[in-house]
Order: sequence, then C-alpha cells, then structure tokens
Amino acid sequence: MFEFFKNLDRRWIFLLMFISVSIPIYIVGKTGKTFPEVPTILSEETFRAIEELNEGDPVLLSFDFDPASEGELGPMATAFTYHCASKGLKLYFMALWPVGPQMIDDVIEKVIKPDFPHMEYGIDYVNIGFKPGNEGVIKVIVTDLRQLYTTDDKGTNIDKIPMMADIHSVQDFELVMNISAGYAGTKEWVQYAVTPYPDKIKLVAGCTGVQAPLLYPYIPDQLPGLLGAIKGAAEYEKLVVDKYAGETPDPKYLEGRRRMGPQLVAHLLIILLIILANVIYFGEKRREVR
Amino acid sequence: MKRTVPLIITALGGFVLIVAYFIPATQNWGEVAAIWFDILASIAFVLGGGNLIRIHLKKVSNKGAGWGYSLITIVAFLATLVVGLGKIGVHPSALYPNFPLSGEYRELGSPFWWLYEYAFKPLTATMFAMLAFYIASAAFRAFRAKNIEAILLLSTAFIILLGRTFAGVFLTSWMPDFLSGLRIENLTIYIMSVFNTAGNRAIMIGIALGIASTSLKVLLGVDRSYLGTGEK
Repeated sequence: MFEFFKNLDRRWIFLLMFISVSIPIYIVGKTGKTFPEVPTILSEETFRAIEELNEGDPVLLSFDFDPASEGELGPMATAFTYHCASKGLKLYFMALWPVGPQMIDDVIEKVIKPDFPHMEYGIDYVNIGFKPGNEGVIKVIVTDLRQLYTTDDKGTNIDKIPMMADIHSVQDFELVMNISAGYAGTKEWVQYAVTPYPDKIKLVAGCTGVQAPLLYPYIPDQLPGLLGAIKGAAEYEKLVVDKYAGETPDPKYLEGRRRMGPQLVAHLLIILLIILANVIYFGEKRREVR
Repeated sequence: MKRTVPLIITALGGFVLIVAYFIPATQNWGEVAAIWFDILASIAFVLGGGNLIRIHLKKVSNKGAGWGYSLITIVAFLATLVVGLGKIGVHPSALYPNFPLSGEYRELGSPFWWLYEYAFKPLTATMFAMLAFYIASAAFRAFRAKNIEAILLLSTAFIILLGRTFAGVFLTSWMPDFLSGLRIENLTIYIMSVFNTAGNRAIMIGIALGIASTSLKVLLGVDRSYLGTGEK
C-alpha cells in the first residue's frame, strides 16, 4: 500500500480531480442548492461603489478577458452588468483583449436583451469594442477617447451615438469597472488611469485568483473594491441578487455560487493530497533511519 | 545607421513620455507618442502573423519534430484570417446595404462566429481547466514539510485553500466572538491584506527601481541589447 502511494501514478490524481469536480457540478445542477456566502469587505466595497451611483450615471466596463478565463470571470461580468442595469446606469463596454468584444456580446445577450428589454443600444448601453495597444489605449483614452475610438464596435460613427455626446475621456465616467484575466488589465488601469487622476477616476475590479495577490497593494486608495476569482464573484453575486433579483432569482445570476461547490471539493482534495504526500515523505524518512 | 535611427527613436519616445508626465503643459506630447504606440501595436499584429507563418512554414518544410502541429497551426491561422477579413457569410449592415463588407465580422452563424464558438472557445477553456489537474498533481509531488519555511508555506496554503471556500466558515464558526480573528475566513483576509500586501509592495518597489534604472540605460543608449547583435 505504502509503495502504491509512494509511486502514485498521476493519472489516479487526474481521475480523483475529475470525480471531485464533476460530482458537485452534477449535484448543484440537479438540486440547485449552493453553499451560503458571507461577503467580505472587498466585495462589499465593490457593491457599495456601484450602489452610490445615481440613475443615468455613465459607467465604463472594460472586459479584459477571454473564453479561457470565462469560467472564473464570467459570473462577475454577469453580476456587474446586472447590477448596473438594475440601477439604471448608462453602460459603456470596451475591451483591451482581442476577444473581449465576444465576452461583451455574451453578457449583452445573456443579461441586457432578455431582462432589460427596455434598454436601447446607443442610448442606455453601447459597445465601443476593442483597440490594440494594451496600456497605450488607456493612456490615450484617459484624456481623449475620440483619438482612438472614432466608431463603436459595429462601425457606427461615435458622434452619431446619443449617449457618447457627453463622453470625451475616461474622466467623464463616474466609475470604471474592469474584469481582468492578466495583461493588459486591472494593474494597467490602476497605473495609467487611476494613479495620474486619483480625484477623477474611480476603479473597481474583478480578477482571476492568480492575479488577486498582486493587486492587493493597490487597495484601498487606487482600488477600493476587488473581486478575487470565483469566491469574490460569489460574494458579490449574493449582494446583488439579495437586493435586486427577488426570492427566485434566475439561475444565471447564481453561477458564481454554483461554481463554489466544485471549488470546495477540489480544494479539499488538494489538501488531502498534500497531507498524504507528507505522510509518505515522513514514513520514508523513518524507514531510512531504521 | 541601422542602429542609430532606432536608438534616436527610442530615446526621443522615452524622454517625451517622461517630460509629458511631469510637465502638464507638455501633456499632449505624451498623447501623441501614445497614439504612435497604438498604431505600431496594430502593425505588430501583422508582423506577428507574418512571423508565425514563417516559423511554422520552416518547420513544415524541414519536417522538424512536431511538424504536423505546425501544419494545423498554419491551416487554422489562414482559415480564420480569410473568413474574418473577408467577412465570409456575413450579411451587409442595415445602414449600408450596398456594401457587402459592411456587416459585422462575428455575425451570428457566420463561419468566423462558428470557428470562435466551436473551436477557439472550447479549446482555450479546456486548456485553462486542465490547470486544476496539473496543480493537484504538482501539489502531491512538490509540497513537503522539509523545513520551517516549507511548513510556513504549507500552513498558509491550507488556510487560503480552506478560507476561499465554505469549508473555512464551517470548520471554525464555533469560535466565540472574541476569537473571531482566528476564524479561517478572517485569517485568510489577514494573510492576504497584511503579509501578502507587505511582501508584494516590497517586490513592486524593487522592480520599479530596477525598471527605472534599466529604462534610463536604454534611453541613454548605454544598454543596446534590445537592438540585437546585428548578425544575420
């Protein structure tokens, strides 16, 4: 037995991981039940930053991620959009990643069109699309948006879009929301937008788990709210759903919490594997001493 | 000449951005430089595509190791490029019905949309999802409590792993209020906002100082390694 675990084939570990993720997915999918979430301060601050806005305030949502990280960031994109639309804010979508526009399309199709049919393109929400240049894009639009964005994502002249009339730069938005899977993302928004204009630009963000520790140094002055990975999404989702979605929310607004089930079992499996590996390690050392 | 012109462009671009940051009256110089950067970034896509084709064609023609994958890369790249740029299967925009290329390149049901939805999206999501399997395997093989530092690392990892799920709340919710700081979810926040922040800030300041020194070397022409060796 000892020898079996000592030389454990990694395919057994892969199988265990597969089982520990698929069973909770099945159970959560079947029962619809999720674990309770207790929002932490950063999720509450993110929620508060949006709650403090008034109806009609313009907000910029920069979707800087791709399908690879959709599993982690999709739920917060949905929750951000749902929250802003429920508050009656004016939504301006953009992307620093080439497939960001597809992420924007997804959220428009999933949230705005079915649940907010009264919202009109060009009046209540607009997608100005992707521009290459990473932080170079931020650096330009932070003072003059029209230098880079002359049309929206569909090719419509930006001057013909009613809701763009009062928007000349990022400084005209009441809040910037960034969903980031890496470079270019939240760090660049902090460095090139918030840092030079701390009194004019306010940023909250959602990011992948690996990015979160790197963004903590910017909290709270440059980054008052941060949703870290699926846990952050689940906490924020709870705050939004509790206030706006009523007693029987649509399952699409519970995705973050649903994905916490597989995460719990996967984390427990990793802990068990580490403990098992250390038991083997010390057992082997003891054998050597004998 | 081949080296002098890039050196002058680099120095000019760098110093303009520095001056523009510190002197408000010259702010628009920085904007102009940033726009040039964005234009170059767009052109870099073309260069990147060309380079990709060159490298993989070379591999295919030499029948190097894994040349079959290179062939798939070339075919996938060209197919996506042709359907995307040519807007194949896309209907003209309602605003400009007489212009066949006025439609959206990612129109629902178009070949480009199909490639994105049924090839790119599942493939990239699968690659990312596989991380969980490799992390579990690596955790089993690498994490050993060999010394004090490793024990500290392991304990921190356990607290964070538990604290990022409901298990953290479940395991320590019995603790009385005066010990609430020791609950796993609160320990997680403490570790992230104190130890992690302090460590990361120190690293970031160190990196920033390093970048400032390296940038000055590049701008003053002391470090020319980015220009290459000049050999073909």
